[in-house]
Amino acid sequence: MAEPGSQAVVRVEHLSKHFGQGTARVDALVDINMEVFPGQVVGLMGPSGSGKTTLLHCIACILEPSGGRITLDGDLVYDDHWLKADLRRLRLDKIGFIFQYPNLLPFLDGSDNVAVVLHLAGYGAAAARDRAVELLNYLEVGHRKHAMPRQLSGGEAQRVAIARALANKPRIILADEPTAPLDSSRARIVMDLLRRIAVEQQAAIIVVTHDEMILDRFDHIYRLRDGRLES
Amino acid sequence: MNLAYRDIKHNLLRFVLTNFGLSLLLGIVIMITGVYGGLIDDALKQARAARADLWVVEAGTNGPFAESSRIPGDTRELVSRVYGIERAGAVTYQSVQTELNGKPLRVFLIGYEPGRPGGPRRLAAGREILRSHYEMVVDRSAGLALGQEVPLGTHGHKFTVVGLMREEVTSSGDPVAYITLRDAQQLQFEYAPSASRREQARGGAGATNDQINAVIAKVSPHVQVNEVAAALSRWKHLTALTQEQQETLLSKFVIERARKQQGLIMVLLVIVSAVIIALIIYTLTMDKVRSIATLKFVGAPDRTIIGLIVQQALSMGVFGYLTGLVLVLVFKPYFPRRLVLDPESVMIVFGITVGICLAASTLGIRLALKVDPAEALASSG
Repeated sequence: MAEPGSQAVVRVEHLSKHFGQGTARVDALVDINMEVFPGQVVGLMGPSGSGKTTLLHCIACILEPSGGRITLDGDLVYDDHWLKADLRRLRLDKIGFIFQYPNLLPFLDGSDNVAVVLHLAGYGAAAARDRAVELLNYLEVGHRKHAMPRQLSGGEAQRVAIARALANKPRIILADEPTAPLDSSRARIVMDLLRRIAVEQQAAIIVVTHDEMILDRFDHIYRLRDGRLES
Repeated sequence: MNLAYRDIKHNLLRFVLTNFGLSLLLGIVIMITGVYGGLIDDALKQARAARADLWVVEAGTNGPFAESSRIPGDTRELVSRVYGIERAGAVTYQSVQTELNGKPLRVFLIGYEPGRPGGPRRLAAGREILRSHYEMVVDRSAGLALGQEVPLGTHGHKFTVVGLMREEVTSSGDPVAYITLRDAQQLQFEYAPSASRREQARGGAGATNDQINAVIAKVSPHVQVNEVAAALSRWKHLTALTQEQQETLLSKFVIERARKQQGLIMVLLVIVSAVIIALIIYTLTMDKVRSIATLKFVGAPDRTIIGLIVQQALSMGVFGYLTGLVLVLVFKPYFPRRLVLDPESVMIVFGITVGICLAASTLGIRLALKVDPAEALASSG
C-alpha cells in the first residue's frame, strides 16, 4: 500500500496523445494525471477504445505521447519529448511487463526465458540462472524450469512470464490484461500474486483489465472513457 | 546465452533441411571452382610435364598447344648444338580416337624420344617405355590396365600399356598417352589425308614423315634462358618460347574462352546463392518477428537482435559450405573431369560464402530493426 509522504513511482501529468491531423485527428488520451505509489496495485479500466492500452504503452515508453510529463521511479523521462536516448535500457532497468498472452520465447526453456532479461541487464550466466530459478520457485513453477513454452499450461506459462517481468527487480510492473486468458479462479490467483509482489518488492503495479471480478484486488482504479479519466 | 544457437537447437530439423539444400547449392559452387581449377591445372600440367626450359617451335607460331607447329625432325640435332643447351628432345602431339571393346577411346598422344626430355614425368604403376615400338604409358583416367593392348592407327598396330600415370589429362579432360616418337610420327602419317600419303609414297616434294611439333630443351643453369631463346629465334624457321611464355599462352589464351565460361557460371551461381540465402534468412526472421518484438520490449538492444540474425546466417553459411565441401570431396572421384581444389580457392569460396551470408543477412536485419516492440502486445495465442 501507498505510504503517506512516499514518492510516486509512476507519475503522469497532463498526458495527451493524438493520432492523425486536422479532421482525421483522434484524441486517444486527453489531460491524463495519475500517480502510483510503491506497493500499490492499481487498475486501469474502461471500454474498448477508451485509451487504456495507449496509456500503458506511453508509460512503458514504447509509444511517444503528444504532450505532458511522465516520471518513472523519480526520473523525468518525458516532458513534451523523450528525455532518455535509450528507452529500451530504461525499460530493462525500471519496467517489468506482463503481456495478455505470456509471449515466451519459444526457443528457450522456462528458466532461460527468465534469465534472458538478466543476461541483457549484464548478469553472468550462473547468477542469471540462479535468480531465474529463485523467481520460478517463488512463483511455484520451479519444477517446470526445463519445460519449453509449448509444454507449459496457460497458468504455468503466465507465471513464467510474470517471473520474467520481475527478473531485473523493476520498480514498475505493467500488466496488459494478464487474467484475460485465465478462468476466474486462476485470475484471482494471478492477482493475489501481483499483490504479493507489490507488497514484498515495493513495486508499483498498473493492471489494464476488463475483468470486473477482480476489482477488489486493486488499491485504486482509474477509469478511462474516450481518452479521459473518470475518477 | 546464445539466442541464435538456442533457436537453431529448437528448430533443428528445419535447420538441417535448410542446410542440406544450401549445401547442395554451395557444393555446386565449390564443384565449379574445382572444374575451373582443374581446367587451368590440366592445361599447365601439360606444359609442365615436359620439364622444359625452352620450347622450340615453328617460326611465327605459338605452338605446339596454342597453334599447330611443324618442324623437321632433325631440328633437335640443331638445337642440341646451340651454346647453353644441355639436353633436347623432339616431341609430337596429336589427339587420336580409337575403339576399344566397342567403346570409343580418346587420348592425347605424345610422341617422345625415350631418355630425352619430353617423356612422362611420374609413373603411378608399371614402367617407362623401353622398346622402340608399340609400347604406351597412359593416364589412369583412360580406364586401361597394365598389359592391355590398344589398337592405334589405320594399320591396327596394337600398343601395349606398360605404364600408368595419375592426373595427366589435357585441359579438355582427355587422358594423356606417351608413345615413342617414331611410332607417333608413323601414326601421324597414317592419320594424314590420303592425298598427302600418296604424295609421300611417290617421294614428292617434302615427302617425309620425319616431322615433329616441337623440340623441348633443357638449358644449362649457368646460362640465361632468354639469351639461348634469342639465339635460337635468330634462325628464320624457328621460334623459341620460354616455359613461362608457354604457360602464359596456355592459361591466358588456349583455355581463355573455357575459363571465362566457367567464371561466368561461377558468378551466376554466387548471385543465385546470395539471393537464396537472403530469402532463407528473411523467411527465418519473419518467423521470429514476435520473438524479436518481445526481446525489444523487454529491453534487448539492437546489437542482440542483429547478433541473433547474423550468427544464424553465418552458421547456415558455414555448415552449408562445409557439408557442400564434404559432398564434393566424397563424390569427386565420380566426376567426369578432374576437380582441383587448392586450399587457396577453397578459402576464397569460403570467404565469398561468409560475405554472401553477411550481405544477405542485411535484409533480415532491416526487417528485424523495423519490428515495433508493440507487436509483442498484439493479441494472439
